[in-house]
Amino acid sequence: MSEPSLETRDLTVRFGGHVAVDQVSCAFRAGELTAIVGPNGAGKTTYFNLISGQIAASAGRVLLGGADITTMTVSARTANGLGRAFQLTNLFPKLTVLENVRLVVQARRNRGFNIWTTAFSHHELIDEAQAVLQRVRLSHLAQQTVAALPHGDQRKLEVATLIAMKPKVFMFDEPTAGMSVDEAPVILDLIAEIKRDTTATVLLVEHKMDVIRSLADRIIVLHNGELVADGAPETVMSSAVVQEAYMGKELTDV
Amino acid sequence: MIRLFLSGDHPQSRVLAALLLVILVTLAFAPFLFPGTRSLETAARICIFIVLVASYDLLLGYAGIVSFAHTMFFGMGAYGVAIATQRMGTGYDALITGTVAGTALAAVFALGIALFSLRVRAIFFAMITLAIASAVGVLVSQLSGITGGEDGMNIRIPRELTPAFRPFDEPVMGLRITGRHLNYYLVFFSCLIMFLVLLRVVNSPFGRVLQAIRENAFRAEAIGYRVVYYRAMATVLSAAVAALAGAVFAIWLRYVGPATTLGVEIMLDILLIVVIGGMGTMYGAVIGTVVFVLAQNYLKDWMGGASDATSFLPLVPDLLNPDRWLMWLGILFILSVYFFPSGVVGRLRGKA
Repeated sequence: MSEPSLETRDLTVRFGGHVAVDQVSCAFRAGELTAIVGPNGAGKTTYFNLISGQIAASAGRVLLGGADITTMTVSARTANGLGRAFQLTNLFPKLTVLENVRLVVQARRNRGFNIWTTAFSHHELIDEAQAVLQRVRLSHLAQQTVAALPHGDQRKLEVATLIAMKPKVFMFDEPTAGMSVDEAPVILDLIAEIKRDTTATVLLVEHKMDVIRSLADRIIVLHNGELVADGAPETVMSSAVVQEAYMGKELTDV
Repeated sequence: MIRLFLSGDHPQSRVLAALLLVILVTLAFAPFLFPGTRSLETAARICIFIVLVASYDLLLGYAGIVSFAHTMFFGMGAYGVAIATQRMGTGYDALITGTVAGTALAAVFALGIALFSLRVRAIFFAMITLAIASAVGVLVSQLSGITGGEDGMNIRIPRELTPAFRPFDEPVMGLRITGRHLNYYLVFFSCLIMFLVLLRVVNSPFGRVLQAIRENAFRAEAIGYRVVYYRAMATVLSAAVAALAGAVFAIWLRYVGPATTLGVEIMLDILLIVVIGGMGTMYGAVIGTVVFVLAQNYLKDWMGGASDATSFLPLVPDLLNPDRWLMWLGILFILSVYFFPSGVVGRLRGKA
């Protein structure tokens, strides 16, 4: 098998006496979509925060393409190809849809410290942002301010910004949370499209089992911060430990 | 052409565009329109404060950083010119050296403050700038050997910039041109250039990042911008422009003292003007400064006139007594904040 594009080794974080993520070692490879499941409070989002750098690890390491990024800043991880979409919509509410994407393109192309030219003269950035909006079918809303957008479109924009980052590793944290039944498939189609690109590594935190079944190549289960199961979807879902720890209870909710 | 100068940041309101045009033309022809010494002083003060306030708006309105050290940087530019002319003698080389040295000092100071303290929460950053500005203020008034202490320093500038210089024998357009007018145009054009530069900066890719950071710093970091560097850069740019404005102010006044450049009152004036004009708009600095400086300089006179005119009424003349001008300025401020929460410019652009 190829070199993992993302790997955590004994990754741990403690908040006081509470161990939120406990020695999680896991490798993720290109061309693979891994769903991360577990009950609320299992440490899924905390695990994501450790990987993308929003919180610092107490112990263990994070490796991106073989390089240690454990102490890197959030922005440096992004620059190195780690892209993340957030669970709670996290955009620039007073800026336009286009500007939200354009800023991402500008960051990736490293134009942020340009103080002498006008932003509108950088057509290449605007064109690229427009192309991404077209891909997520938001072009008609390009000039709208984000705050005026319905929730579903904001979620789409969140995915659009992730696409615009052109990361090697895509991290989705409940991308369809709070979306209506009609809106969710658009997001899932986009994720499926990203997955078809075999160079992309995709991590997906998700509660909805139908979504996981249709997208995931592999499932890992977190419970009380520990990695309790890892494998192909059908194996993991039927395993006794998972049924007991979480699935049985959670599945009846779905 | 206009797009190039304004960096694509159009006033977006006919009323605002008209007001800005009137202000520009009035300031450009101020010596001819209002020949008096006092009007010229007011016009020059407006030019300089527009730049000073606009540079503060870069920090507060665009980057969302609250600093109380802005007058300190303003003072560094002014004292730079004063100390250089005292040491090097009168001459343009001294003016340039002083300006460059003062600006460089301000930039280095700003970088130090920014890198050491921008990582902390906004309120602590504000407190740190307040502490440093106070410390520098005390130093300036104590180190009288270098700075002239509380008395300040008089600055001897080249004769071509003083009232004694008469370049033409005949009046031009009814005005007997003196070096004082040349000095005014030095102020006017340098301030115009600095304002347009600031307008360019806030509309550059860098300026857009600042707005993104103000909106959501967490997200700005997540999409790949190292927030602390951008904030530091904004602090340095803003400090450098403030220092340049201070240098121009010193050359114009031919005097520098703690009260005219470093005082807390000036810091408060800057804050008030930014809020009145509209944060994060740049043009707000222009409108706010004109309203504020005119009120500060002429409200007393207008009130005197109004008080006399209403002398037959009970109570009203007392309320309009020129001694009450500060109360009316306060009322003006409260009303403007109440009715224009996003400033005059925000209101005119329909984003109230």
